Amino acid sequence: MAKVLMKGNEAIGEAAIRAGCLNYFAYPITPQSEVAEYLAKRLPEVNGVFLQGESEVAVGYMIFGAAACGERVMTTSSSPGVSLMSEAISYIAGARCPAVFVNIVRGGPGLGGILPSQGDYFQATKGGGHGDYHMLVMAPDGVQEAVEMTMRAFPLAEKYRGPVMIMGDGLIGQMMEPVEFPDNLYTPPTNKDEWATTGMDRRNSRKKNIVKSLYLDPAILNSHNMLLKSQYDQMKREEVRFEPYNIDGEYKALVVSYGTMSRVCKTAIDNMKTEGFEVAMIRPQTLFPFPEKAIHEAAAKESCQCVVSIEMSMGQMVEDVDRSVKGQKPVTWFGQCGGEVPTPEAVMEHVRSLV
Amino acid sequence: MQKEVMFAGFGGQGILLSAKLLAHAAMKQGFQVMWIPSYGPEMRGGTAYCTVVVSDRLIGSPIIKNPSHLVAMNRPSLEKFASVVKPDGVVLINSSLIPVRSGREDVQELIVPANEIAVGLGSVKCANIVAVSAFAARSGMVDVDILRECVKSEFASKAKLIPLNMDAFDQGLKIGMS
Amino acid sequence: MGKTFSKPEALSDAHTHYCPGCTHGIAHRLVAEVIDELGIRGRTVGIAPVGCAVMAYNYFDCDFQEAAHGRAPAMATGMKRVRPDLMVFTYQGDGDLASIGMGEIVHAANRGEKFTTIFINNAIYGMTGGQMAPTTMPGQRATTAPRGRDVEDTGMPIRMCELLSSLATPAYIARQALITPKHVNKAKKSIKRAFEYQVAHKCFTFVELVSTCPTNWGMTPLDALKWAEDTLIPYYPLGEFKQPGKPE
Repeated sequence: MAKVLMKGNEAIGEAAIRAGCLNYFAYPITPQSEVAEYLAKRLPEVNGVFLQGESEVAVGYMIFGAAACGERVMTTSSSPGVSLMSEAISYIAGARCPAVFVNIVRGGPGLGGILPSQGDYFQATKGGGHGDYHMLVMAPDGVQEAVEMTMRAFPLAEKYRGPVMIMGDGLIGQMMEPVEFPDNLYTPPTNKDEWATTGMDRRNSRKKNIVKSLYLDPAILNSHNMLLKSQYDQMKREEVRFEPYNIDGEYKALVVSYGTMSRVCKTAIDNMKTEGFEVAMIRPQTLFPFPEKAIHEAAAKESCQCVVSIEMSMGQMVEDVDRSVKGQKPVTWFGQCGGEVPTPEAVMEHVRSLV
Repeated sequence: MQKEVMFAGFGGQGILLSAKLLAHAAMKQGFQVMWIPSYGPEMRGGTAYCTVVVSDRLIGSPIIKNPSHLVAMNRPSLEKFASVVKPDGVVLINSSLIPVRSGREDVQELIVPANEIAVGLGSVKCANIVAVSAFAARSGMVDVDILRECVKSEFASKAKLIPLNMDAFDQGLKIGMS
Repeated sequence: MGKTFSKPEALSDAHTHYCPGCTHGIAHRLVAEVIDELGIRGRTVGIAPVGCAVMAYNYFDCDFQEAAHGRAPAMATGMKRVRPDLMVFTYQGDGDLASIGMGEIVHAANRGEKFTTIFINNAIYGMTGGQMAPTTMPGQRATTAPRGRDVEDTGMPIRMCELLSSLATPAYIARQALITPKHVNKAKKSIKRAFEYQVAHKCFTFVELVSTCPTNWGMTPLDALKWAEDTLIPYYPLGEFKQPGKPE
């Protein structure tokens, strides 16, 4: 298929359809409302389900209900909306239902602003809702990767029977880039009659299925949570994705950056290279599981004097970077938040100042 | 080789569309492109600006502080952005709405009475098409024939608007090439 | 001689955890009988609330989901939209539905979502221990209204059927009671009618059941029935409030 020029938000909507997700519930919020507008037009053309819910709280549970029936389902929102959905995400994780959430992050806290931010890193990777759970979180750095991650999100959600999040930012949602929709990323939905509330008629056993997160017996809840933990451990073994950049030379500093911010860093790294100043980058494509090993190894290089986490947030990912580097080299943070995006020049100046 | 152009004007002047048409043409030419809008809470009347990046290799930063070129459709846009354009860039000035000049000696000013031309053709709405074709012709950022096809296909679903926009395109081209 | 009375197939063998004198058991049974009579058990999915009926999934023998507080109508919406062939019912109490879940029930009703809500109104929070509900009567004592509900401070009890009936979207909305055998028979008729509308994919359907909570009311089961009849019924009148195609 030829490349088409599409906004990130619209491309995410189309990618969901190409991934076989024909069910979408959402509530409007800037800067991601174009996903809903696009799918409001597009889903009826493919006999899909589009519904604008009355709130993000309700949408979270529409997703839960649909996912518990075994259907592929997605919602998209932005930071304040994702806070409201976090309750449902906790229930969905507890009840082990596959569902895809997209967060086109804007500045916070509170109403914050509408410009691009990565301020929801903690919310996405460390919980957000209550209880012992994680989501698999993928962070695209552009429209093409947003498409690919959206398409991968559905089979991953089914593999682990849990919520998967795509964490973009306002720029990735709003900008247009040429995209292709790779057919080979489509995988047919798994059969969910074993656990989903698809109706007893669907099962030869005629045994009822219950989808729930309530386990009043602490021993049973403990083993349920241990099952979830074993899945998070499996994610750490099997799903870590990252892109190394300029990693082969004798670099003096290692940058860790993701999403839009990592593209700014790439330009900065390219510019510094022309001046003979080598800087490497690890770009986490999955934020949970986090590429701990890759960062640890990259930081170990003899020539590398320091590691810097560059984020459009106040210093959130730096905690995971620090945890990965394990004291081998000094780890610091650089960034801006609330909608400001550091320029390549600012990144260059900062990285030079560290060495 | 990477070039950037910023389109700026009032919301409602078709800024985002001009930029999209240019990005579309560049993509068809086989370049890497990125279209980055400013987005704000206002729906109409606010300042809108949009940057298009065209490159022969992967594009890095979407944050462009100093674009190669500027298309200024109203006075506040020119006053705000004229100083950030890189030397030797093209600064298109919509002289119908901008009575002043950039004040820069090191850029190429392209003076286009876009609104007057558009009104003369029948609708002020096509001023953005006049501007984008004039800019493309002068800057050489994209192939004007491909851009012309992109304009045509953009209006494919509103066929009766095609002749108007083609006229606008050709008028802009004339000024850009002169 | 044939069997004249048996447990509905849609009920499981589990013993319920409900208190003596509680009317949840009757409500469960009526819903289960209707599911059996309509032959829809194999494609029915219930949604349990947060509250005393949180473990209703143990007592029904059909697929079940368990919702967060008040969100059952949103879950039911998601289910019916992606699987319109499933018969979906929410089973909610007054704290769940009329307090924390007010937004979800109103919007689901207004969209005309084609599921059935069984609303248990016993004028109190049960499972959490007798706190004041939006349906608690003026002067009625609750653990969070120890001197009785002060309507100057907390407003008057909410009448859900009347509120939902004010929506212009067609629906079936009825209030019945679980107090005397006569009430129970009428309640069954309304529940059946609601499910029949759902089977016909007709409209949103809502049956409120005025119920008792002897434990949290601090009464014997018999006194509770009498109090419900004397105090609740006059404020929560019984009947069919709205039916599709019928003038209101």
